[in-house]
Amino acid sequence: MSVSENKRRPRIATVWLAGCSGCHMSFLDLDEWLFELAKLADVVYSPVADVKEYPENVDAVLVEGAVANEDNLELIRKVRARTKAVVSFGDCAVTGNVTALRNPLGDPENVLKRAYIEEANTGGRIPSDHPLVPKLLPKVLPVHQVVKVDAFLWGCPPDAARIRAVLEKLLGVEKPAEVDAINPAAGQETAKTKDGE
Amino acid sequence: MDQNELQAIAEKERKSRKPIRVSCCTAAGCLSSNSQAVLDNLRAEVKVAAIDGRVDVCSVGCMKLCSRGPLVRVADGGGRRDQLKDAVLYESVQPDDVAPVIRAIVDGGRADIPVADRSHPFFSRQKPIVLENCGWVEPERIESYIEAGGYRALHYVLREMTPEQVLKEVTQSGLRGRGGAGFPAGVKWALVAKTPSDKKYVVCNADEGDPGAFMDRSVLESDPHRVLEGMAIAAYAVGAAQGYIYIRGEYPLAINRLQTAIRSAKRMGLIGGHIMDSPFDFNVDLRIGAGAFVCGEETALMASIEGKRGAPTPRPPYPAEHGLWGHSTLINNVETLANVAPILRNGADWFASVGTEKSKGTKVFALAGKIRNTGLIEVPMGITLREIVEDMGDGIPDGRVKAVQTGGPSGGCIPTEHLDTPVDYESLAALGSIMGSGGMIVMDEKTNMVDVARFFMEFCMDESCGKCIPCRAGTVQMHGLLQKICDGNATPDDLALLEDLCDMVRHTSLCGLGQTAPNPVMSTLRFFRHEYENLLRKEAILT
Amino acid sequence: MTVTTLTINGELVSASPGASVLEAARENGVEIPTLCELEGISSAGACRLCLVEISGTPRLQPACVTAATEGMEVQTDSERLNRYRRMILELLFAERNHICPVCVANGHCELQSRAIENGMDHVRFSYQHPDLSVDITHERFGIDQDRCILCTRCVRVCDELEGAHTWDVAGRGTKSRVITDLNQPWGESDTCTSCAKCVEACPTGAIFRKGSSVGEMEHRRDRIRFIADARKKKEWSP
Repeated sequence: MSVSENKRRPRIATVWLAGCSGCHMSFLDLDEWLFELAKLADVVYSPVADVKEYPENVDAVLVEGAVANEDNLELIRKVRARTKAVVSFGDCAVTGNVTALRNPLGDPENVLKRAYIEEANTGGRIPSDHPLVPKLLPKVLPVHQVVKVDAFLWGCPPDAARIRAVLEKLLGVEKPAEVDAINPAAGQETAKTKDGE
Repeated sequence: MDQNELQAIAEKERKSRKPIRVSCCTAAGCLSSNSQAVLDNLRAEVKVAAIDGRVDVCSVGCMKLCSRGPLVRVADGGGRRDQLKDAVLYESVQPDDVAPVIRAIVDGGRADIPVADRSHPFFSRQKPIVLENCGWVEPERIESYIEAGGYRALHYVLREMTPEQVLKEVTQSGLRGRGGAGFPAGVKWALVAKTPSDKKYVVCNADEGDPGAFMDRSVLESDPHRVLEGMAIAAYAVGAAQGYIYIRGEYPLAINRLQTAIRSAKRMGLIGGHIMDSPFDFNVDLRIGAGAFVCGEETALMASIEGKRGAPTPRPPYPAEHGLWGHSTLINNVETLANVAPILRNGADWFASVGTEKSKGTKVFALAGKIRNTGLIEVPMGITLREIVEDMGDGIPDGRVKAVQTGGPSGGCIPTEHLDTPVDYESLAALGSIMGSGGMIVMDEKTNMVDVARFFMEFCMDESCGKCIPCRAGTVQMHGLLQKICDGNATPDDLALLEDLCDMVRHTSLCGLGQTAPNPVMSTLRFFRHEYENLLRKEAILT
Repeated sequence: MTVTTLTINGELVSASPGASVLEAARENGVEIPTLCELEGISSAGACRLCLVEISGTPRLQPACVTAATEGMEVQTDSERLNRYRRMILELLFAERNHICPVCVANGHCELQSRAIENGMDHVRFSYQHPDLSVDITHERFGIDQDRCILCTRCVRVCDELEGAHTWDVAGRGTKSRVITDLNQPWGESDTCTSCAKCVEACPTGAIFRKGSSVGEMEHRRDRIRFIADARKKKEWSP
């Protein structure tokens, strides 16, 4: 999957749904390679860029976070409609992860009760219905259970080397194939060797 | 006990019979529609009418037409089966109907209550071998079974045949396991017989659990001695001295009748040490299941008998090699063992003359569903589904047959265009179903086939033991996808995923429960795919 | 029993007397994925990851409980096997609440490792999110049912090597749970000797040492092997 066959400069984006922003922190860990990235593509939408509306004709997007509320839902549908390649970026997007820890509690009312009343130290109350606060969905869902996803980059967070590997593959950068972008075993060598077998 | 004594018992039994015999079904089906009260009333009214000198009232097993129970048969000629031309089979007899029935006996006529047509194909097309005594003998009286020729085969085997000759006879008969898979019984017996083992066991699998199936229950409630005799013959052939009947706890009446049967057989020396004064010892004990369907799987069943958690273990090793407590063990289903005595009594050739080339003998089915006549039928192998459904079952009252389900949660749905398929192991398997243990459910055109698949998947999900992952977690996901399709929330991707799951669960599950759990889905997909597709939507919606 | 020769993935190899297909593969450096199997205790054949293709056998067979026989032709790695293995792993991840980043076994987890090796990068099935319990009544250990994959290693190691049989399985199907004694809190168990063999045996972070934080818990499977060898082979070298 490469978006570099286009004549024009590739347009890439990053999106932050329900997650802790740790994946974006890891993205920033790309450090000086971010300058390389800026040479290769335009970053047209991102939490770290001041763009209000998700634009049309995006070539690739990294989506951090699960789909947990109505805002997330609206945004991810728009993202899918306007983007060629959607990458689930990090464990919340891929599995629901910590964000989905609320799911065993059942419907949102129970979740809010648990968080704001049962666990409150003093005077717990559920935040009032304000139009600016998006409503929670009945369940937190991984991105691919809401829209079609083209690639999965798991990790909590995925480390910068693997993010770079995926971006390079998407942008068609010629590199020795030391890391398979979609299933980067290299980055997880630690997990494999330490499990005690 | 020898041949003469057996005959003396039979003779005494015959002589004690009164000219008129009133039989009331007290198997579970009729009991559930109050036949015990009918029987009690019959006994009381016979005394009141002062005809107890010439009328026997007896409690018998299943008289087949379960949908019209309670059934009461009035026969003269001392209840001899060859003199039954004028016997009357009353349907749906209520306790209040007893008085007119008795009056009719006194007056010599028929009571004005519905009577079953005994020339109807439902009865006339039956070929009773397993059920030959069913509804005739009194299940709680061993004398009644002996009068019907019972224990004669065992006597003959013990006196006149070597174990090898018995094995040869059973092998030649072509009898195949009636539990569902159809493995040749003779081969299974020979495997156990040839396995060196200081102890051997014979186990009767009476853990019948398919939804809608009640063949084995009927046999055990109606003619329990037949199974004991079959087990004893099997034990003699393979060299076992101990038998277990593993029966589900949900069959209290069958358990009760088996206990009575074992007790009376022991008392007469037909079970126990030195059976019929021969050197052959054979004891039988009951082991009662605690409500797990998977315990019908033979390795789980053995674990349960041993007092362990009822979970299957990988085969091989098979029970013949490594069975109960590590000893060689023969496991046969109730119906298989019920065929044994007649085979030894009448010979392998007689048995092999019934049925088809590869499927010999008969098969008992619990005919259920949307048809007119439901109940217990025993038919020769090779009969077509159409004959069963349209002739014997008399079709569907308002509508047409859509499919026939055989094999329960391990089986499949056969559509109406294949109704001319003969009932034998291979033909049913070729249609993606199985012979199974004998459940047969007829469905009409209003039936939602996806919902049928969902129902069976729910059953498998609830009954999965949880040991292997494909069955434990796979049935949950398959059920979820089927529910999603039924609810109209699924996409073509969901259907594709369901099919992938079916393939995986079938090929990777540890035991038969998981391996066959996808069958109802795969067979409905094969013949009724459009019903699935009609329920799909293009775009996913959030659930 | 004698040494046997068989073919694994097209290579002619030898197997020790009485070896299973899995042992034969390992002796010859062929990896077959497993989860419920653990050296030193009996095999259950339950996880189905080690299923292999054997020529002449219509069904796939679990390598852990299938004896290696003379002339056997085994295929341990095929597109079909890997597809099935992936689905089995996906089923496990969807069944309970596996949140790797907050798990004590993160990075030392066999379930996680199997998923990585297999290339299982996401789960297509619907997450069940069951509401499960955590038992931390034992003074040294805890069990988080969210992470249990019902491999029954704890049950077998406790019964076979420790002889305590504190662990067993209750319920059936997806409602199955490993339990201590008669489903009492672990801390109240009369039979538990606090030997920690279950902790070492657990493939995930379900059974853990109290006080360990995310990613801190490393399993000492070699200890299980050491005890098993000590008992069976009378070998006392670690």
